[in-house]
Amino acid sequence: MELSAFELLSALFILVLAAFVGYEVVSKVPTMLHTPLMSGANAVHGVIVVGAMLVAATADSPIAILLSLIAVILGTINVVGGFTVTDRMLEMFKGRGGGRG
Amino acid sequence: MEDLSTLDVLTFLVWLVASVTFIFALKFLASPKTARTGNLLGAAGMALVVAWTFFTTEGMLENWWIVAVGGAIGAVAGWLGAKRVAMTAMPQMVAIFNGAGGGAAALVAVVEFLRDQELHPGELLPLPFIIATLLGAIIGSVSLTGSIVAWGKLQGVIAARPVRYPGSQWVTALLFLVLIGLGVYVAVIEPSTPLFLLFVVLALVLGVQLTMPIGGADMPVVISLLNAYTGIAVAATGFVLSNYALLIAGTLVGASGTILTQLMCKAMNRSLFNVLFAGFGTGGEAAAAGEGEESLKEINAEDAAVLMAYGKRVIIVPGYGMAVAQAQGPVRELMDLLVARGVDVQFAIHPVAGRMPGHMNVLLAEANVPYDRLQEMDEINDDFADTDVALVIGANDVVNPLAREPGSPISGMPILNVDQAKNIIVLKRGRGTGFAGIPNPLFSNEKTRMLFGNAKETVEALVQGVKQA
Repeated sequence: MELSAFELLSALFILVLAAFVGYEVVSKVPTMLHTPLMSGANAVHGVIVVGAMLVAATADSPIAILLSLIAVILGTINVVGGFTVTDRMLEMFKGRGGGRG
Repeated sequence: MEDLSTLDVLTFLVWLVASVTFIFALKFLASPKTARTGNLLGAAGMALVVAWTFFTTEGMLENWWIVAVGGAIGAVAGWLGAKRVAMTAMPQMVAIFNGAGGGAAALVAVVEFLRDQELHPGELLPLPFIIATLLGAIIGSVSLTGSIVAWGKLQGVIAARPVRYPGSQWVTALLFLVLIGLGVYVAVIEPSTPLFLLFVVLALVLGVQLTMPIGGADMPVVISLLNAYTGIAVAATGFVLSNYALLIAGTLVGASGTILTQLMCKAMNRSLFNVLFAGFGTGGEAAAAGEGEESLKEINAEDAAVLMAYGKRVIIVPGYGMAVAQAQGPVRELMDLLVARGVDVQFAIHPVAGRMPGHMNVLLAEANVPYDRLQEMDEINDDFADTDVALVIGANDVVNPLAREPGSPISGMPILNVDQAKNIIVLKRGRGTGFAGIPNPLFSNEKTRMLFGNAKETVEALVQGVKQA
């Protein structure tokens, strides 16, 4: 896990550029989509489940196994619950455009 | 430049694809037409990166069961929670999912720290790594306990009013100082495992300490902010694990979540600082009792129904009370009946009506109220003066004229001009004050008639009334 200075700087570039992208994509959102958007963004950070899987793969002590198991559970709740609940919110918008759903 | 194995190259490409789907997911979610596709796209990207990690990570051959068992439990819990939650309890559910993500990020940081200490006992980690580990641990922990408090306040398990005790700010400041001290010690003096764990425990306390003084009305903003926090925690752990998918996704959410939080504050005309530290509703409670209590004039459902049935224009102002009572179905019925009689019926949606922006839109859409009848505040505010009946269903602070005057906790918040309507009918559960805990002169306005009771029952009574009118 020893990163070179070059890799460190690359990570910094990615971080800064991603922050600008995140800023740009949501800076113009109608109010009624605030809740679904928050919920969708919430699901996206569920990608932490990948981090939980990576530490689970190297877990060798009982404590590491227990903690990474909990991390996988929490991360999966975040992903599955997040995307499902967002979809449920958006399902209700389908009548949009004059139709009566 | 050293060469990467083919597998490593593919892993980077999978991260890239996943990152692009996340960006498009957020972009699509910002427009009603594409929102659902966006969400599905994000889910697809997520599935790809999860599956890839599962099948290609070294060590997974031995420990696959942790992921399988944890994934199965988490998937069932998340799915059931998301499917079963009532639309009214949606904000709490998002808080719980967010807290889960924050907890996972903190745990990943903890496990990484413990593993490093096992491999190189007593050895200091390179500074960028230990900083990222500490950040992941502290922000993830704050997000976890903060989200639990937010859930409790919205669910009614914890008092929704701002909870403060003398010297509360000093405790917060002290916590910050101790956390910084511990962090610096672990980073540059001695990587002590007990002190690191103490750091995590204090971070959990900090999450509670920061959210308890904030009133229930501001919880949506808090949830949005904690959502951004979790994003940052995920980005930090992504850095620790040198995983670009985590780094990019976490940063995206951290940035977009911050903007979203600001947009929400702007809709209430308050600064984020004001939301976090002003303790909304702590000042006005004493004044709330007594004022205007006896001057409230009541009306029965039949009279209210006649007033609307023979009006030309009715504006319905839904609020949290409609959501709690699940009154959106009867409200739609009422609208249909009035429209059939030739009444012009519109809905006035305040940006923060309910407990989340867009909350009312979701509920009314669920009840099949056509979108062209939902008007945003700026579009409809000038129309109230020309309206026969404004029907306020369980809304309070967003129609409180006190907001126009200086000196009240909600001063400056834009409100719906309900008080300009010719007749005002307010459906309200009881005589208590609203979320902000301040009196509402609209209720004692001479044009206002109160109809007390559960919103679903009173709206159903109005429906009967209109049928007979």
